[in-house]
Amino acid sequence: MTALRRLGLSLMAPAIALVVALALSAAVIALIGQNPATAVRVMFDFGDSPDQQTQAIVVVLNRAVPLFLAGLAVSVAFRMGLFNIGVEGQYRIATVLAAGAGAAVALPGPLHLLFIVVVAMAVGAFWAGIVAVLKVTRGVSEVISSIMLNFIALGLASYLLTGPLRGSPEGASIITTTPIPESGWFPGLNGVLTGLGLAEPRSELYGFLVVAVLVGIAVAVLIKRTRFGFDLRATGMSASAATASGVDARGMVLKAMLISGAIAGLIGMPDLLGDARSYNTEFTAGLGFLGIAVALLGRNSPLGIAFGALLFAFLDRAAIPLQFADIPASVVTIIQGTIVLAVVVANEVARRVTRRQAEGGSAVAPPTSGDGSTGDGQGPGDGPPPDVGPTTGTGTGVGVRNATGEPGRTDSRQGAGA
Amino acid sequence: MKAAALLLAGSMALAACASDETDTGSGDGGGGSASGDELMVGLAYDTGGRGDKSFNDSAYAGVEAAIEELGGEVQELSPNDDGSDRAELLTQLAEQGYDPVIGVGFAYGEIIGDIAAEYPETTFAVVDSSVEEMGAENLTGLLFAEEEGSFLAGAAAALKSETDHIGFVGGVENPLIQKFEAGYVAGAKAVNPDIVIDTQYISPAGDFSGFGDPARGKIVAQGMFDAGADIVYHAAGGSGQGVFEAAAASGGRAIGVDSDQYETVGDPALQAVIMTSMLKRVDNAVESFISDYSEGAVEGGQDIVNDLSTDGVGLSTSGGQIDDIQTQIDEFRQQIIDGEIEVPAIP
Repeated sequence: MTALRRLGLSLMAPAIALVVALALSAAVIALIGQNPATAVRVMFDFGDSPDQQTQAIVVVLNRAVPLFLAGLAVSVAFRMGLFNIGVEGQYRIATVLAAGAGAAVALPGPLHLLFIVVVAMAVGAFWAGIVAVLKVTRGVSEVISSIMLNFIALGLASYLLTGPLRGSPEGASIITTTPIPESGWFPGLNGVLTGLGLAEPRSELYGFLVVAVLVGIAVAVLIKRTRFGFDLRATGMSASAATASGVDARGMVLKAMLISGAIAGLIGMPDLLGDARSYNTEFTAGLGFLGIAVALLGRNSPLGIAFGALLFAFLDRAAIPLQFADIPASVVTIIQGTIVLAVVVANEVARRVTRRQAEGGSAVAPPTSGDGSTGDGQGPGDGPPPDVGPTTGTGTGVGVRNATGEPGRTDSRQGAGA
Repeated sequence: MKAAALLLAGSMALAACASDETDTGSGDGGGGSASGDELMVGLAYDTGGRGDKSFNDSAYAGVEAAIEELGGEVQELSPNDDGSDRAELLTQLAEQGYDPVIGVGFAYGEIIGDIAAEYPETTFAVVDSSVEEMGAENLTGLLFAEEEGSFLAGAAAALKSETDHIGFVGGVENPLIQKFEAGYVAGAKAVNPDIVIDTQYISPAGDFSGFGDPARGKIVAQGMFDAGADIVYHAAGGSGQGVFEAAAASGGRAIGVDSDQYETVGDPALQAVIMTSMLKRVDNAVESFISDYSEGAVEGGQDIVNDLSTDGVGLSTSGGQIDDIQTQIDEFRQQIIDGEIEVPAIP
């Protein structure tokens, strides 16, 4: 029963948050003198002809794939109580080096692809690893070091692009790396779409979608079903408790950041291998930061992140039809912002409700006291981002609940999943 | 979460069906060239969109002027924050029957060739990007000889400098902004070969923050004024505000860019330091392209270069601060038009 109720609550919270966010957005749209109902109708208008509709779906999916990977990268670190703001820099440096490496070698088809992807993951992991090493050896807050490394990564990516890896002629208005030869292109999925009886869209659906789904499943299994995932979550909930029960907290910081960085390295791949074929000065920026919002929205669960990424991608596409209806595109930014805010607030409320119910008697596990949430940083470090509150809970596996609060993460699901 | 995902999928499917039914409403959108009597201009902006007091606004002013003269309507679209949906903007405009479709900014240069090929009945133009090698007959590039205008700005700065030390602040170190630098340096050296010129960019290529960061613009320019420069030219979009502030704070002067910034800056204290502005008449170029289109005179497949000879670039005179050197400026201008001076486009 309690499990059911918990599941209900965990779904209720985001649902209420969505409704609140949409109501707020509707109010904003009304305030600027537009009809909210028109706006909603326009946002769901996928076009008139079948090929326009499949095209719209492809646009949404193609946007969602990198967002999903970005959210996933952020969430792995979040689970550990680490706030990896450096995903942005990790994927930019990984993409430029992968593009350069991919253009420099000649390998047969699948091997070439694998090589590019491995380079990207290795570079991303290396860049995130710097953050982890600084944290475990010197106690540098990962928030500070990863932000600073973003600047270095951007500058370095720019130097590589304009210097050693430059492939475009002098004077061309867009600087690009040398394009990756055809053996390094990722096949698209339009064949699958037409096979399903849909009209052929104008753009190619990224084949990397499949890889993203596989990575999502792998992360879900890793977090929920392995010893490593258990240690990761335990350390995220309380480093001191985890250390006391024999988990190497420092090692966990390093491993979590390496995995987070490796996934971050994949963010640029859908576009690089599926469409652009080279890194250039116009390469999509800012996905790492959007990933933080998507991870919050998805409450760090791969399925939730997939939903968050689809929602963001859907809203992003809606900006175009909205403008045709003379509604400013910034409405979309407002909706995205209010949704994230509402979800964070709703999660916190849901967490408190669950706690009160637990205290009310039907608790599965006795509420544990706080783990002394200050000074629970891993190793000699300082604490993770601001605590969301005191800790007690109904977690089934671990006796301690999410003491180290990542902003907005609650985890009534933790129990439900086990 | 699973239920929610299903819900979303369901609502998407529903929406797709719903728009099928309303098919009759929006009619001949996909049909391509509904080239009726009414002029329907599609305008896709660079990131930042309308209201940047510079590039995008200038393009809009051109469209507005054309519509005032010829009638018709304009549909404006801004890309998302990271500019990843630019291709969608252009195709949607073409699909909805807008013709001509104009992409504002060189970032469209990468994709507009493919889209022009997909919609051969629609006439396309792109500002700041060369199309000659793309081989699309329905695509025109609207280019500017920024280096020529910047040459005059450099000459003016060198003529007016009392310390023989001037500066250049670029927004982003990309090939487009390097044209400004190249012309400016050449112009200054033409007046005074021994002049000291500080050049600095706010952000590296690929990082577009340098066009919208007045605080960093101010720091960079302040450094130049502190080092002894007395006139600084900026090609840094919104960051230029900071350059003007630095000039006002240190008693120096500045040169604006793109539009006549003496008129647009607003603040009288900053107005006083704006010696002149290097004008880049995107509005004129867009307006004349649209009127060519309405007369059926667009040749396509080629670039239209707006330079000093067509007044596509030039120096503004508002404020009267360069009136005393106007004859020398005019001489340089004539020499460039006549080809006696060749201005480099690469620093």
